[in-house]
Amino acid sequence: MSLDPVTLAVLKGRLEQIADEMDATLARSAFNPIIAEARDLSHGLYHAQTGETLVQGNAGLPIFVGATAFAVRAVIAAAAKEGGAKPGETWIFNDPYDGGTHLNDFRLVRPVFRNGALFCWIASVGHWLDIGGNVPGGYNPRATDAHQEGVRIPPVRLMRDGLVDPAIVAILQANTRVPLSNWGDLNGQINALDLGERRLHALLDETGEAVVAEALVALTARAEALMRSELARLPDGRYVAEDFLDNDGIVDEPLPIRLAMTIAGDAMTLDFTGSAPACAGPLNISRATTIACCYVALKHLFPEVPANGGCLAPIRFVVPEGSILAANAPKPVAGYTETILRVIDTVFRAFGQAAPERATAGPFATINALSISGWREAATRWVMFCFFGGGLGGNPETDGLNHGNNPISTATIPPLEILEAAYPVRFTQWALRPDSGGPGLHRGGLGAIYEIAVDDPRGAEAFLLGERGRFPPFGVNGGGDAAPNRFGYETETGWARPPMASKVFGVRLGEGARVRLETPGGGGWGDPRARDPALVARDVRLGYVSAESARRDYAVVVAADGSMDAAATAALRKAAAA
Amino acid sequence: MSAIVGVDVGGTFTDLFALDPATGTFRTGKVPSRRGDEAAGFVDGLNAVGGMAGLAAVVHGTTVGTNALLERKGARIGLIATRGFRDVLEMRRRDRRRTWGLWGDFVPVVDRDLRVEVDERTRADGTVLVPIDPAQVAEAGRALRARGVEAIAVAFINAYANPANERAAMAALRALWPDGHLCCSADILPEIREFERTSTTALNAYLQPVVGAYLGRLEAALGQGGFGGRFHIVQSNGGVMSTAMARSLPVRTALSGPAAGVIAAAAIARAAGFPDVITGDLGGTSFDVSLVANGQPAFAAQAAIDFGLVIRTPMVEITTIGAGGGSIARVDAGGLLQVGPESAGSVPGPVCYGAGNDRPTLTDANVVLGRINAERPIGGALARLDVEAAREAIARRIGAPLGLDAVAAADAIVRVANAKMAGAIRLLSIERGHDPARFALMPFGGGGALHAGALMREVGLKATLVPRFPGVTSALGCVLADLRHDQVQTVNLMLAGLDEAALDARLAAAGEEARGVIERGGLPIEGVEVRFEADMHYVGQTHTVAVPLPFRPAGGAAGVTIGAIRTAFEAAYTAAFSRLLPEIPIRIANVRTIAIGRRPPLDLATLAPPATASRAAAERGARTVWFDGAAHQATVWSRLDLPAGAEIAGPAILEQADATIVVDPGLAARVDRLGNLVITRA
Repeated sequence: MSLDPVTLAVLKGRLEQIADEMDATLARSAFNPIIAEARDLSHGLYHAQTGETLVQGNAGLPIFVGATAFAVRAVIAAAAKEGGAKPGETWIFNDPYDGGTHLNDFRLVRPVFRNGALFCWIASVGHWLDIGGNVPGGYNPRATDAHQEGVRIPPVRLMRDGLVDPAIVAILQANTRVPLSNWGDLNGQINALDLGERRLHALLDETGEAVVAEALVALTARAEALMRSELARLPDGRYVAEDFLDNDGIVDEPLPIRLAMTIAGDAMTLDFTGSAPACAGPLNISRATTIACCYVALKHLFPEVPANGGCLAPIRFVVPEGSILAANAPKPVAGYTETILRVIDTVFRAFGQAAPERATAGPFATINALSISGWREAATRWVMFCFFGGGLGGNPETDGLNHGNNPISTATIPPLEILEAAYPVRFTQWALRPDSGGPGLHRGGLGAIYEIAVDDPRGAEAFLLGERGRFPPFGVNGGGDAAPNRFGYETETGWARPPMASKVFGVRLGEGARVRLETPGGGGWGDPRARDPALVARDVRLGYVSAESARRDYAVVVAADGSMDAAATAALRKAAAA
Repeated sequence: MSAIVGVDVGGTFTDLFALDPATGTFRTGKVPSRRGDEAAGFVDGLNAVGGMAGLAAVVHGTTVGTNALLERKGARIGLIATRGFRDVLEMRRRDRRRTWGLWGDFVPVVDRDLRVEVDERTRADGTVLVPIDPAQVAEAGRALRARGVEAIAVAFINAYANPANERAAMAALRALWPDGHLCCSADILPEIREFERTSTTALNAYLQPVVGAYLGRLEAALGQGGFGGRFHIVQSNGGVMSTAMARSLPVRTALSGPAAGVIAAAAIARAAGFPDVITGDLGGTSFDVSLVANGQPAFAAQAAIDFGLVIRTPMVEITTIGAGGGSIARVDAGGLLQVGPESAGSVPGPVCYGAGNDRPTLTDANVVLGRINAERPIGGALARLDVEAAREAIARRIGAPLGLDAVAAADAIVRVANAKMAGAIRLLSIERGHDPARFALMPFGGGGALHAGALMREVGLKATLVPRFPGVTSALGCVLADLRHDQVQTVNLMLAGLDEAALDARLAAAGEEARGVIERGGLPIEGVEVRFEADMHYVGQTHTVAVPLPFRPAGGAAGVTIGAIRTAFEAAYTAAFSRLLPEIPIRIANVRTIAIGRRPPLDLATLAPPATASRAAAERGARTVWFDGAAHQATVWSRLDLPAGAEIAGPAILEQADATIVVDPGLAARVDRLGNLVITRA
């Protein structure tokens, strides 16, 4: 039998809603702001035998959407060694080499049984605040193996017969600086799984297992068909792109990410041969994470293709073993977010060659994980931990968005008032950064300037894991590059810059001393000298673009009073075109 | 005369409900809205229900604020900000328009060069680090005035903790701004979170001149018409406020009309013995859903009117999805049938309107299936609908690719649209822990009752309650709504060791202030109720739960105790999540004061069918209507002519001037004593 398209559409909505409700449950009950505000979480349904993604929540962190299938596969393998999954079990792990991302991301994976048979898996992923390691919060820019980043948990049973194993919880609690926060988040994830399981049983009771199973198969086939139709629209060919990470925080040398994207009919090969070997510092990622972030890039390029495993079927991956993109234990991985952003950039760059008229210029593509930490009276520690925003790339429709989030995330930034109320810090600036967007017919969005002073007589220390300090976000289709990332901090003798550009390990800040983070904008799209001079003059009037940049990059002359000098502009553009 | 008239001005029609409580009589009216000359449409409407002279009150639900925001037609305004922070408004919370896809930009309502920074700073604990320099603020004000700015918003960092610098800045500006189009964030929303507070304040300033001028035009027209009563406005929280308050807080009118509809729905449902309903308003481009539990509408703390245009103020929670009568159906590249979110709107509208659109819509599907009477389109603007054109478009664009005939394809469109609407209802009910089997659907607007049967079935709702006049529900809500005033204050207090006396004094003072706002409103009320809520959480959580506090102010005290607060928090937390976490300290983030002026109740029996109504007089024969792929002979009735107690077995179609009601096979409809139609499983 074949499901009619209408029943399929109805079931699709019902199944997606289950995952959405799981997302909402965890977000509302979580303790740490990285889940609750930044929505660093994901939930979905996965294939009973293959672990392939069947259905994903819409609120999930984009990178987890791609990565969780690998996590479920890791649990399937672990359970198989012990005679297979049983009803009432829930598995937990954070092993980055075995379907994880980095140690902070805890996966809870639960089998769902119907009439004694495994029907599918459901999973919950959430970023816990701290899991030990040298640096509070886990982003240790100087880690040279994963043991310095925190505790690593392989896939183990957290729950049997529906009951939490107190021994596992005790081990987890003993290995974190924030046991209560992690305990709250663990409960939130269990709540989400409980709810998802209840909803799924209700749907299965209503419609029967066979119909839902068939719908899941059909939805996977449909995602594959949609992806193939998108690929078939692109011209066949081999498109080569490269981009670089500044350094690994240990050795100050650039790390290349190289991609050859081959499109042949309705299939695509993504070949990362030539990328850097696994590095000493924490910028490595596993092969599973590499595939997951390619999925994120493709979802941004083809937003209509639904989020399930079928959309990866037409794509072949070549990821060299032992490279920075297929690292093995115990290579450090805490800074994985920077590397996956660069992989996404290479996919965007290669796509920009295949279809420049549909290309998106590079987003700011660094998360700038900044932690500022000190001590309160009773020898308790405070840790302000935050990711920062930047500009998105110019695109065929619009200028890039000012101060957006990275493609791997939909997290909102915490209000500075919440941070000031919680920690002894005081922001002295929170502003758009002029001239940070790449010039273009459609200009890149602006990055930001965040300046923060320590407001405590005991002082504090700062850690930063950022990128794009030396290799700025790229323009496409004739557009220019954005401004690179810059970090500075105040010492007794004045402003200083760290030796590794955007990676900082424990610089000491006295009372009143400031740190200043200037984030990249997005790259430009199209020839800036074709941009309407009136729009350029407006950008100058609003302070998005300086008069110098208007003249140099856009060949537009803006007078001191803000008016556009049409004659001088015409002459300059004529000379530039000659 | 004691008559009170509710007026809901929508995009297409102005709806009216006029009630004379003294005689127990009412009239309804519907006249075309006049875009750009709303006052004329307003006056037309009042004349249609008996004129203005002698009216006791007019209560107005308006979309003028919403439209000004959506169309970016507010005033040219300036923003005065803390040095270093003028871009808070433009930087938002670092979000983007959608999860997948990186295109799109954001243009704030205040250009960057009209956002001026001044030297000032308050710490998070409320201490002033840098006091304001009034001369510098005045200079900023003069510079903005010189640039043609009509209104100014003042929003400083940490002003929620201490309003002194903002108040000093306002004092410096007031001399320069005699028309009063000034507001500051500590007055609009003294709550932590600088973006939400600044955005709400800036949008308020953006609307002040627009809403002020609009109300001025209406007041002038009312005056010329001999109106000598009270003129009030419905807020997004479903309560009524004075026009003076609306002029200073126009941001609170953003959901004025839709909120009035929910208020009426709740009142009708309570009177009909259905305390739990889900309202569904099916319009041309969208389906608006809201939840009423135990007779009370659900509230949301904030809403984004468009990307980045965030308003934080308590609002009746209305969820909108892109599935309306004009939603376009298509078969996507993966072979799946999709309905919406793209819409044909009211111009050109569905294919059957014959105005040039050839892509089939939900309305076209309903016409082809015989659910909508092509010879008697609602609203009265068209003489008849082009069934053949609708059938042809559905066959060609949906039927051919799916291998279905026109009727089966139309049925498929309706089913997919039903599934979307059902999904919206489920998210609103089940996700919040409500059992749908307890709820009835209350469709209003013209089209909601076309889909009632399918929504009952898909969501598992127990019944459908169709109000007697579904097309004027919002206007009725204007007449029924209580007066209401909301105020919030961030306090950030730990519950353990709380200074009970200090919080008590604070609540008592806030309660008195809110009571004063209601009493100055001037509408007849039976009494004022003041209550408090707190936003609370375990320390470390960033989200809060809303906790109703069991305190009532009396004699200058509120009766605050730590124990009572803890008990209330634990009850609210348990209801929201499964497990309490007794080892973690509890914090009070905000306290909210709500003052409600209860209006005299309206006996909804006023709306009941006349005793002379009879079943025979309501009969209109029968026609072929398709349900689930099969043709049925459905009886057709004139809904308003049916007497109380009449029972109609499905399949049946009930028609009235502004709505069509479909009773599916297997369902039965009964007219209750108030004239509502109750549809249940037969």
